[in-house]
Amino acid sequence: MVENRYELTTPAAQLVEVARIAAPYKNKPEMLMNVVIQVQKVVPALSEAVAAVIAREMGISQTHVSGFITFYAMLSVKPHGKYIVRMCKSAPCHVRGAQEIVLALEDQLNIKMGETTEDGRFTLEYCPCLGICDVSPAIMINDKTYGDLTPDSVREIIKRYIREDV
Amino acid sequence: MEEMHVLLRNRGKIIPTDAKSYMSVGGYVALKKALSMEGADIIQVLKDAGLRGRGGAGFPTYLKLQFAYNTESDEKYIVCNADEGEPGTNKDRVLLSEDPNSIFEGMAIAAKAIGAHKGFIYLRSEYPYIRPILIEALESARQAGCLGKNILGSGYDFDIELHSGAGAYVCGEETALFESIEGNRGEPRYRPPYPGTKGLFGKPTALNNVETLANIPPILLNGAEWYRSIGSPNSPGTKLFTVCGNVNKRGVFEFPMGVNLKDILYDVCGGVADGELLAVQTGGSSGAIINPDQIDLPLDIDHVSASGGRLGCGTILVINDKNCVVDIVKNNLDFFRSESCGQCTTCREGGTRLYELICHISSGKGTLKDIETIKDLANTMRVSALCGLGHSTAVPVLSSLQNFEEVYNRHLDGNDCSICGHDRGY
Repeated sequence: MVENRYELTTPAAQLVEVARIAAPYKNKPEMLMNVVIQVQKVVPALSEAVAAVIAREMGISQTHVSGFITFYAMLSVKPHGKYIVRMCKSAPCHVRGAQEIVLALEDQLNIKMGETTEDGRFTLEYCPCLGICDVSPAIMINDKTYGDLTPDSVREIIKRYIREDV
Repeated sequence: MEEMHVLLRNRGKIIPTDAKSYMSVGGYVALKKALSMEGADIIQVLKDAGLRGRGGAGFPTYLKLQFAYNTESDEKYIVCNADEGEPGTNKDRVLLSEDPNSIFEGMAIAAKAIGAHKGFIYLRSEYPYIRPILIEALESARQAGCLGKNILGSGYDFDIELHSGAGAYVCGEETALFESIEGNRGEPRYRPPYPGTKGLFGKPTALNNVETLANIPPILLNGAEWYRSIGSPNSPGTKLFTVCGNVNKRGVFEFPMGVNLKDILYDVCGGVADGELLAVQTGGSSGAIINPDQIDLPLDIDHVSASGGRLGCGTILVINDKNCVVDIVKNNLDFFRSESCGQCTTCREGGTRLYELICHISSGKGTLKDIETIKDLANTMRVSALCGLGHSTAVPVLSSLQNFEEVYNRHLDGNDCSICGHDRGY
């Protein structure tokens, strides 16, 4: 399993970094969201080992941390690619050809929705409404949005990411 | 048909992140006025104005404030719900990015009304690019003396903290949102106690939608009578409408409440794009799906409710005839089953079973018995789910069964549906 493989190879240096982020918030459980969001920027996934360090440093149970992480769609226990391509799955994109965009993305990156490319650069995911329906169909790549997509235009966008021209 | 810009008055005209820029067009004058008023008087103005919540439920805003005002406590909170998750809704994104200070001002006025010194904005994670705008705007408002200690020299303290979500539609439900801010899973609470007595961190709390809060400064400034002169008697004021889907002109538009849906669709938005009109869904995925004969509809809270749907957050999804209503319902249900928090059985199981039943019908294998089961299940969810998510899952299903009976019959008869036929892969 991917998670287990990740656990075995978690660099200790990263866990030290996680502890550094979480430590100032001991006994402040309301800071968990802030901590987890910061932590996600320095580790490839919020694995059990990471949850254990957060729990220890913040003085809350590991069950609480893991329950929290697995509740929210944008917090992940599985390693993600460098670029997370989020395809809107909601009706405003659906009625404007979202499925053709999905097929173009899957074809170009040679993975299915929910998968990560072997080189670890791209992850394809569905997400609910991105809130930019004036330009549907739309995607978000990390923090950037792209709209009014056609299969051709989305291929061009992905090409730029492949070339790191972003 | 001309738009009426009350909430969007500053769109594109000011530097959104600069409090001084907002003040140069009359910003924070309403707050100055409110700071010299008694809390009860501020609440009275909002009551007289008839302001109702713009997030979906349409609950009277003054009542939420009244409950928190009436509760004795050492600490109270104002919360701004910026977890705009209803599919097809973009209005809060526009307000947050174009005029954030108007929201801070609304929060500060509401805070003064109930005696709160701390506010929270809960921003959805699908808007990461708005976060820096809000951080900069908050800092600018503090520098200008509009937030922080002794705001506008009044001796009253009020500051705002920004919190992020991490991808959960249910966190738009107020008690789930509190749980999320407190560092927990976003699972709704049983009510009572209501937020006005026991809300965020167990303190009296008034939570309002972004758009509702943006309505407060203009009301304080121009008075309840002026506000009542706009819109309809049961829903005074203007409303932001997000028009999306198969329509020629898409975007966020502001009109007085009671504007006709047909006029928005044809006069404002240039009609249906790329085909004929098949259906319109108002209020997002949790709204009713109506047929073309029903679109001559005044859009205010009570009129839309009376037609079996909900105005909700003012979303208008236009669907052309290259789609199938059963397929749209399937898309809606797929959304609800993924977003159910799983806490109550009714919603967790019900949403999934509804989705399976619709898939069965969509594939041409459905029977009349399935329709009966759907109706039964939908009603059970409507009456027994813990929160609004489970209650509204049934709305698109029941409304489409009523308004598109022949479409369902066609699928039951096993006639080939070109859209449902080649499954779109979801």
